[in-house]
Amino acid sequence: MRFERREHRPLFLVVLTPLLAVAAALALSGLLIAAAGAPVFEAYWRILVGAFGSRLSATETLTRATPLMLTGLAAAVAFRARVWNIGGEGQFYLGAIAVAAVGSRLLAEAPGYLSIPLLLFTGAIAGMLLLILPLWLRLRFSVDEVVTSLLLNFVAVLFVSMLIDGPLKDPLAFGWPQSQSVSDAAMLPKLVARSRLHWGFGIALVLAVVIHIVQSRTVFGLKSRAAGLSPEGAVFAGVPLARTLLLVACLSGGLAGLAGAVEVLGVKGYVTTDLSPGFGYSGIVVAMLAGLHPLGVVLAALFTATMFVGADGMSRALKIPTYIADVTVALSLITMLVAVFFAQYRIRR
Amino acid sequence: MTETVLEIDRVSKSFGGNKANDAISLTLGRGEIVALLGENGAGKTTLMSILFGHYVPDEGHIRVAGVDLPPGRPRAAIHAGIGMVHQHFSLAPNLTVLENVMTGTEKLWSWRSQTGRARAKLKALAERFGLVVDPDARLGDLSVGEQQRVEILKALYNDARILILDEPTAVLTNLEAETLFATLKEMARQGLSLIFISHKLDEVMAAADRVVVLRGGKLVAERRAGETSKAELAELMVGHRVARPVREAHERGAPVLEAAAVSVRVDGVDRLREISFRLHAGEILGIIGVSGNGQAALAGLLSGTLLRSSGDILLYGEGVGDLSVAETVASGIGRIPEDRTREGAIGEMAVWENAVLERIDEPRFSRRGLVNRSAAVAFADAIVRSFDVRGGGPLTRTRLLSGGNMQKLILGRNLAEHPRILIAAQPARGLDEGAVAAVHARILDARKAGTAVLLISEDLDEVIALADRIQAIVGGRLSPPVSADEVDARALGLMMAGAWKKEAA
Repeated sequence: MRFERREHRPLFLVVLTPLLAVAAALALSGLLIAAAGAPVFEAYWRILVGAFGSRLSATETLTRATPLMLTGLAAAVAFRARVWNIGGEGQFYLGAIAVAAVGSRLLAEAPGYLSIPLLLFTGAIAGMLLLILPLWLRLRFSVDEVVTSLLLNFVAVLFVSMLIDGPLKDPLAFGWPQSQSVSDAAMLPKLVARSRLHWGFGIALVLAVVIHIVQSRTVFGLKSRAAGLSPEGAVFAGVPLARTLLLVACLSGGLAGLAGAVEVLGVKGYVTTDLSPGFGYSGIVVAMLAGLHPLGVVLAALFTATMFVGADGMSRALKIPTYIADVTVALSLITMLVAVFFAQYRIRR
Repeated sequence: MTETVLEIDRVSKSFGGNKANDAISLTLGRGEIVALLGENGAGKTTLMSILFGHYVPDEGHIRVAGVDLPPGRPRAAIHAGIGMVHQHFSLAPNLTVLENVMTGTEKLWSWRSQTGRARAKLKALAERFGLVVDPDARLGDLSVGEQQRVEILKALYNDARILILDEPTAVLTNLEAETLFATLKEMARQGLSLIFISHKLDEVMAAADRVVVLRGGKLVAERRAGETSKAELAELMVGHRVARPVREAHERGAPVLEAAAVSVRVDGVDRLREISFRLHAGEILGIIGVSGNGQAALAGLLSGTLLRSSGDILLYGEGVGDLSVAETVASGIGRIPEDRTREGAIGEMAVWENAVLERIDEPRFSRRGLVNRSAAVAFADAIVRSFDVRGGGPLTRTRLLSGGNMQKLILGRNLAEHPRILIAAQPARGLDEGAVAAVHARILDARKAGTAVLLISEDLDEVIALADRIQAIVGGRLSPPVSADEVDARALGLMMAGAWKKEAA
């Protein structure tokens, strides 16, 4: 038995691959659920009910999917140009803290139509800055941005931690490390009344479509793909390599920073160190599950959010740990990588 | 007849519906050198991969010294004494020569490494066959020719009696190739049997005892090297008569591109030293030289990817500053890069994307940052049709095209725009006979239409056949030009060795 590279990938395989991967991941984590002594199908049913069974749970799932869509897009645009941005988590936090700082001080008195766009922009800029540094190191000194962007996550998170325990600490938070809040006027309006679902979800959806168009229709999309696929070929064709990759980094870092901004302005209004349950890292999983396709990111983020939100309901009903959701999402990344491999090759005897 | 060491018996192999090998039978005698000749895609590499156990044949057998070789088992092939020298070496650049040679031979569960014994064996082999190489050198520091020597030594170290070389000269300079063939002959004289794959007629005639010609997966002819000619082999290989196009006498026009004492310095190294040339409309100026003497810098300078450190360049009679790639293309300079898979085209992108990438900012292909996809696809489609690019259309991934067709695409995207100047670096390197003729014909057509062509090449035959005037490039310097009609291969060889400098001094 051997593998031969498939030269043409039929459409049904492109669509089927992620579905099969998710099915395999569910089957594998089903074994774990069974080992924990719970009925597998009921467990998955509970997850579905937990995620979409009521108006409240459905809006909660979409709320959770919002930052995942943005961090997923951040990873997808970067990876497509072979900029390995593993620093989504740090960019998320830096975007969030920038919003909290500016929103609670400079723009505390500003009306919403002014402060919301300015704060979203602020968050995106903060995220950008954190990715420009690793990219500059790569362009100037050939330092691998996988390492630098990853390590900057810890720098960023500790920096945020310092700020919310120090200069930005909310004096009214009973001693908890928590930043000051942005003004109520700066909060994103709700998309659905009496829920946590906010307009950030709409922003993320629109951005997914915009990025899809940018990648498939624009000169920038073409050039950034060329720069990622073959630096030498791109340079020969006159693509300005450094400028193109820098723009990609701005887009990617900006999206991750925007995710942090949206999470602050949409949900909490302030920053704590548990603002993100790993949104930056999960974004990488989401992007891979989506095959780096911007519209696929929307679906992959919904799947991931469904697992995370639904797992609570399952856990309560069946008395098994919510970690099953983490395991399932992680497994789906592994099965996706395997499935992508098999989709590229055909098996011959 | 000498004893038969290898017998390939009616071997067939299909990929999809495509018969890559169709009932091929072939024998190899002790001490014999057989050349496997055929165009790209004729099935040469497939056959050798079956022999080495990389592929399992659909039908047929392989016998070594009369014993059946189990199919699909490279270890069995190595054990039976078959050694393979791949076109793209399978060596680790971060290990030393000795470590590379030993890799895969040592027992996994052993306390001590056999370094001492291995070193002695390697030294004995190197002396016996004249394959000199420092066992402690890091492989990555060696030249391509030396790396190939290591690859051969590795096969010999595994006690190979039958050596298969896949396009061994594809990466070598002419001089290195001559050394290689001397070594191969010495190995045959000492009783080893060799098969080498090639599509170059000269080396087949020079080195082989017997020539086996494959075409379209079938064995079409077998000839003793002494009883055939290049013309016959070319015809057998392609299936019909091929004649390389011939340059016709032709009036040249005004100078369009002039360089005066131009130097290029890359990372602190002088790649070009005060070169001067004058390129006229409607002529081909050949720049001949062994690769690594500044050709890459010259091509980069004129293609807009490298900046000069001093000197003047006149374009259409006027001095110009440093031109970017976009400005170069816009001013009517067509560019064929030396390495088509690295620079010339991006394999993972579609044919249409590669066709327009260097012109994507022109208004016909994009407006306000949006790609005009239908115009770009139509442009690519026109190239595919008029330049006879086979193996796919505008939407095909470029990687799927063969080397010759990829080169036709690159040539086409330049010539379709009727450039006033064409910078062609090694335009026919690595192509098979049919594709070489096609590329040459196109370049000559461009010359006839008034294009000024700067042909950078290390192939003497190519330069003599195409160029009107010739300058040699040696150590980053250019010789004064000579007329192609007044010079022969021997004189050019002297120029390539830098002989003109003495005259000047």
